[in-house]
Amino acid sequence: MSLVFSGICSHAPGITGRAERADPALRDPLYKAFGGMRDALHAARPDALIVVAAEHFANFFMNNMPAYALGMAENYDGPIEDVEWLRIPRRTVRGNPDLSRRLIVEVQQSVDVAYAEEWRFDHGIMVPLHFLDPDNRLTIIPGNINCQGPPLTPLRRAWAFGEALRRACDAVPERIALVATGGISHWPATPDSGMINVDWDKDFLDRWVRQDKDAMLSYTDAETYRDAGQGGFEIRTFIAAAAAARGQGTIHFYAPIPIFAVGCTVATMEIA
Amino acid sequence: MSLYQISKLLFQLNRDEALKRAFKSAPQDAIAPFELSEEERRAVLEPDIGLLYVLGVNGQILMHFAAFCGIEWSDYLQRMRDGVKRHGPVRAGIYAMLSGVDEKVAGS
Repeated sequence: MSLVFSGICSHAPGITGRAERADPALRDPLYKAFGGMRDALHAARPDALIVVAAEHFANFFMNNMPAYALGMAENYDGPIEDVEWLRIPRRTVRGNPDLSRRLIVEVQQSVDVAYAEEWRFDHGIMVPLHFLDPDNRLTIIPGNINCQGPPLTPLRRAWAFGEALRRACDAVPERIALVATGGISHWPATPDSGMINVDWDKDFLDRWVRQDKDAMLSYTDAETYRDAGQGGFEIRTFIAAAAAARGQGTIHFYAPIPIFAVGCTVATMEIA
Repeated sequence: MSLYQISKLLFQLNRDEALKRAFKSAPQDAIAPFELSEEERRAVLEPDIGLLYVLGVNGQILMHFAAFCGIEWSDYLQRMRDGVKRHGPVRAGIYAMLSGVDEKVAGS
């Protein structure tokens, strides 16, 4: 069929794990925005949801680090983290290895994506699923872009990965939704956790909403590290979503929530 | 004796339930297969979260080790800050601290 839904959202573990420490005036509208995204996602009646994440050493490590990966398993378990720490119950998520295989074969025509028949979800996928698929109804295909262990894939390759995902989604008969998760500027899991460059975030999101490819790809990693921290490297997932969707974006929620360690974002992009 | 080895130990500890049990019952034996310096061994066994941070362990690995050790979030942040105060700036990796040792950003 085609790509039928595209969106981006934050995945910071504090969103669930430190929920009570956030200002309700910010937290509750964030949760409401996640709810709106959930409704729109399910209204698109996807046969499967690809979640492009920036996982944090749950599966992939510096002994053999793929720049890009897609899951090809019957099912997936998560969260890998302590459930009391993340405050998301453990669940088994349904996969679809046949669909994964067909998508991977097409993506490989232009991007050398790794595949994985084992994949344990960390907060990068579980926080979004907690809000977007609370009843565990969807078929999930996990994707990953290495945003954690440099050297990192160039932004233009993240764009190419998004284009390849779109081409693959358009080549299968199923209805596919795509959600990319990550942070914009943030310095997670450091003493600077909670530092957020709001101006940088808004500028990036403006480029994303306008589907301004050149502007999105113009950052060097040195500039991103300086202005947006190591967490800023995760813009790769948002860039891939823009490349896949091709349309104009809509920001449903953005606000810096320091105890969540990120400028929390919920946005969708029209499929063009 | 490298940041890679200590990171690998903590990566495996974060995801391997058998290794977690072994570490709880006989920590010195559990970490024996990893080529660690004496400083690195001490940092893991104590655990000295601040020193592990200064050694350059990626925060996405370190925060889960801290949680496994029962260290609460605010305490985790403070231990890293104390580590910089005690051991000096972060020596490797991409998780260097930008704020001052006595600053508070969020959640401290």
